[in-house]
Amino acid sequence: MTEAGGSSPLVKLEAVNKHFGTLHVLRDIELSVARGEVVVVIGPSGGGKSTLCRVINRLETIDSGGITFDGQALPAEGKALAKLRSEVGMVFQSFNLFSHKTILENVTLGPIKVRGIARQQAEQRGLELLERVGIASQAAKYPAQLSGGQQQRVAIARALAMDPKMILFDEPTSALDPEMVQEVLDVMVGLASDGMTMLVVTHEMGFARRAADRVVFMADGQIVEESAPEEFFTQPKSDRARDFLSKILTH
Amino acid sequence: MDDLIEYAPDLAAGFLVNVKIALVCAVISLVLGTVLVSFRVSPTPVLRAAGTVYVNVVRNTPLTLVLAFSALGLSDTIGLTFSDEPSTNGFWLVVLGLSAYTATFVGEALRSGINTVPLGQAEAARAIGLTFLQSLRLIILPQAFRAVVAPLGSVMIAMIKNTTVALAAGYLADSAFVMKDTFDDTGVSIPIFIGLVLAFMAVTLPVGFFTGWLSRRLAVVR
Repeated sequence: MTEAGGSSPLVKLEAVNKHFGTLHVLRDIELSVARGEVVVVIGPSGGGKSTLCRVINRLETIDSGGITFDGQALPAEGKALAKLRSEVGMVFQSFNLFSHKTILENVTLGPIKVRGIARQQAEQRGLELLERVGIASQAAKYPAQLSGGQQQRVAIARALAMDPKMILFDEPTSALDPEMVQEVLDVMVGLASDGMTMLVVTHEMGFARRAADRVVFMADGQIVEESAPEEFFTQPKSDRARDFLSKILTH
Repeated sequence: MDDLIEYAPDLAAGFLVNVKIALVCAVISLVLGTVLVSFRVSPTPVLRAAGTVYVNVVRNTPLTLVLAFSALGLSDTIGLTFSDEPSTNGFWLVVLGLSAYTATFVGEALRSGINTVPLGQAEAARAIGLTFLQSLRLIILPQAFRAVVAPLGSVMIAMIKNTTVALAAGYLADSAFVMKDTFDDTGVSIPIFIGLVLAFMAVTLPVGFFTGWLSRRLAVVR
């Protein structure tokens, strides 16, 4: 009971560097996310936002620097890494629901196979979560039978089913038809107000304003600016951010 | 025609040997092929290398040589025997060689199936905390299998016909052996020849139809 719920950050990245070939995609990244905090990462495409998201559960490895989660350095491989990933939820741009499993199976697979929870109990909890994201009536269907917005809400339920300490969102609404964006954002706003720790890579400025505690602006692999949402959108400090905002907020 | 009727019981007994070999080989080669492909996609370089070497050596060796090695190398030289009864021993040596050979084709078919599974499926599996083996077993292979049911059917059809090379592994009275034996007595008999072809087709055609039907039924909708 040394630091549970304490003030130490849940995630801390220190001097993180990563290259894809000759492309320096993360440059000396320093970032920490506190428990219960909602951090929105925005910035131009190719700026390293998704990579930043993916290094936190080690879907991408880093070249140098350090990442700690809940006070522990990220494990490199094996069971310890699997355990870390089970504590960090991830929601992908392309949903990535398991195509050959039903909606309910998608949500219960992790709890049953990773946590060892009894099937009946996992299904009960799974249905509750599907209810929460508004898809309980579709539990027996397969992912391809659902709309994009519904699939993404199932993906959120799948992440929640693991009772994660944090959820990473990698552009969760970018692959959706416009009319489905709101239903997904509503679920995310609900999570944020329930106190879930979230790191959200997104282009949804409305969500950033409504739900974020902090906005991180990334460009060319660097964190250019960090500030409270209102301050960021009204008084950006850097030229790079001003330029970016002028391009997306004018129409 | 009289030849076919006269020798039908012998030929049928021989054909039954082919069917038995095929049934056992189907099971073993599917299991072994799955293990092989697990090696080939493993994160461990040593296992990947072992899988690659095995597939490339065995798949590129003529089946007759594989079976001859099974009998002469493994059995006669190294002393691997399954039974004192020559026909039983021969049976298992053929099963061993043919399964080892067919598994490479099963493994390669499965590997092409794995390539049809989007990368995001594996990432999502890892992201919820499944280990490599769990993701392979629960997410990747089930989808890969469904994608290659029809090609696996072709592999099985080839394997069924390959059982007639059993002779290369020593004494085993399969249908091809019985046919040749019979021709020594009767001279070449076209009816016997056609009869055996029909017998094989009676087994292989349904395999083709069934796997074709199954592949449509099991196709994963994305």
